[in-house]
Amino acid sequence: MSTTLEAPAEVEIEELEDVEERDRPWVVIVWNDPINLMSYVTLVFQKLFGYSHAHATKLMLQVHYEGKSIVSSGNREKAELDVARLHAYGLWATMQRD
Amino acid sequence: MEETRFRRMPGGRIELRLPAHERELLVELTAELGTMLDEQGDPALRRLFPAAHEDAELEREFRELTHGQLRTGREQALQLLADTAGRDELSAEEADAWLRALNDARLVLGTKLDVTDDLDWASFDPEGPQAVELSVYAYLSWLQEQLVEAAA
Repeated sequence: MSTTLEAPAEVEIEELEDVEERDRPWVVIVWNDPINLMSYVTLVFQKLFGYSHAHATKLMLQVHYEGKSIVSSGNREKAELDVARLHAYGLWATMQRD
Repeated sequence: MEETRFRRMPGGRIELRLPAHERELLVELTAELGTMLDEQGDPALRRLFPAAHEDAELEREFRELTHGQLRTGREQALQLLADTAGRDELSAEEADAWLRALNDARLVLGTKLDVTDDLDWASFDPEGPQAVELSVYAYLSWLQEQLVEAAA
């Protein structure tokens, strides 16, 4: 009984992930720049995306040390909205297909 | 030790503790930046309106959709800072506008000064041609850092 129930459940999850993958072909990238303060960038990630301080700090450090970080993803409309919100806070954000 | 200019109050409000001459400087700076935004064209403004897309057609569509609102938002934040510069406290929303306006001022000034990551304050020349602008940039950075700390 339990095995026959588990098998279709797994198939369903895989199908859901496929759909999600098709709907999320864009990533939003924040690039390092010499002006924005590290503390400010962290705060903006928390404000705009509701990330924890720890996660926002991790992304900020990635921007700082690696030059860029993917901060969100989604369909084109969602990614454009996120980029526009980041631009409003003065962050250097771009988007591209994943 | 210099006194903190912003202090977090209960409910997310921010107490403003700036001396009068700093408040005047902020009003002047926001007016200057407001004029630059009105006139456009100054290359130092480029960091306020970066491109979102590599593709020219997608970028044109993005700009059409967002540029006006982005500019209006910046003008409103600058105006709000100027209007509230004389206050003793700010709401959380007003503090957010201050953060954005201070950041915009730093982005424009920093772009003008061609600030790099390794800006070397040890070799700062108080008689140099950019001494005043560099001092203002340093002051704004110091101020914004404090506001971030109070608002976080």
